[in-house]
Amino acid sequence: MSKVVYQGRSYERQDDETVLRCLLRNEIHVPYSCESGACQSCVMQVTSGEIPPNSQEDLKETQKSLGYFKPCVCKPEGDLEIIALDDAHKQKHRVTVVEKCFLNGEILRLRLACDEPLEYRAGQFINLFNGDLIRSYSLASLPGSDEMLELHIKRVPTGAMSNWLCDDVQVGDQLSIAGPMGECFYHEVDGEEGLLAVGTGSGLAPLWGVVRDALAQGFEKPIILCHGAMSAENLYYVDELRRLEKAHPNFSYFPCLSDVDVAELPAGMFSGYPNDVAFAQQPTVVKWQIFLCGHPEMVDQTKRKAFLLGASLTDIHADPFVLASSA
Amino acid sequence: MSQSVYDRIGGEAAVNAAVDLFYRKVLADDRINGFFADTDMDKQAAKQKAFLTMALGGPNNYTGEDMRKGHAHLVERGLNDSHFDAVMENLGATLKELGVPDDLIGEAAAIAESTRNDVLGK
Repeated sequence: MSKVVYQGRSYERQDDETVLRCLLRNEIHVPYSCESGACQSCVMQVTSGEIPPNSQEDLKETQKSLGYFKPCVCKPEGDLEIIALDDAHKQKHRVTVVEKCFLNGEILRLRLACDEPLEYRAGQFINLFNGDLIRSYSLASLPGSDEMLELHIKRVPTGAMSNWLCDDVQVGDQLSIAGPMGECFYHEVDGEEGLLAVGTGSGLAPLWGVVRDALAQGFEKPIILCHGAMSAENLYYVDELRRLEKAHPNFSYFPCLSDVDVAELPAGMFSGYPNDVAFAQQPTVVKWQIFLCGHPEMVDQTKRKAFLLGASLTDIHADPFVLASSA
Repeated sequence: MSQSVYDRIGGEAAVNAAVDLFYRKVLADDRINGFFADTDMDKQAAKQKAFLTMALGGPNNYTGEDMRKGHAHLVERGLNDSHFDAVMENLGATLKELGVPDDLIGEAAAIAESTRNDVLGK
């Protein structure tokens, strides 16, 4: 007989009962559907205890590393402490603004110091609060290397949050964030052949973290980063990415300009959308890890194309939230 | 009861290998990919897995009523026998590509075929 601990209460699991059945028998209403490990409606997160491997079968490697599992097929040997995926999103932290700087005419970089160290993976996102206003922003910083949390915020003409951050928030101000969240981070996969990152606008933020994280973890296969903007003035971190390219021969950076003709391209830049440039460079992506962030239409199209060109769905990473800047 | 095709080809691991292959064929098939234009790919892949599990006689809790409800919006958009046939074709091709013997493919096809009327709301 083992126990399942959920929301501070402990439940005796009967022999041969799944974790899901145990919760339901105790009138705890969690979403579920197929009860055979297929639909993933019931996925939860384990915070303590051992889960049998079959209860993580077919989840993404990133999800497995976060302790995600399928309660409907999980019959653990010992005790488990579990949380709903929503609960992980409610953890609030106080941060102090330590740097505010515009990276170009429309994108603000905020560097934040967290009161208590925040455990996160490069590429995850946080929610930022201003009263009732909540927006999601990807973390651009790399834990262990960057001391501060880094956010890239695009000013949206009608955006209440982005205008407040750009105009009113001052260095020294305290802000409230929740997280980290999301599965858009690098995690080693057996037999991986390369890493393709495609982003537009401030969608570079998580990719800047993910690429540096993969390099720091000793990723030796090719890494391709395509960053798209309308014109050269709308790009940022060009020098930083060029330096990274020089330091790592397996990393290639492609700045892509959608509104500039080939004849007028600045040196070393590409004409077109970043997803088109990406697949022209790399027409097959079997066993590649794919990271996408930015314009929702670009993300959807690229996801589908990468899958049709051979990438496994479990190796395609994109955040569920939509960038306000691109909506 | 004899062992299901699902167990004989290797259970969940075999279905996982089939999902990407099957879904890629469906998305590349111009006869039917219009029905999948605006779907969330991750959710859709989970549904494809549930479908394959059922077609192979694996554990599932889907009823004829679920099939009806789940496809009613597609029937409204014109889903008909020709589309169902296309899916059956992709199912057969997927299993063949994975080296599943013909008699087992036949059994899987028969189970999938049994959902035709519910899926098409007949």
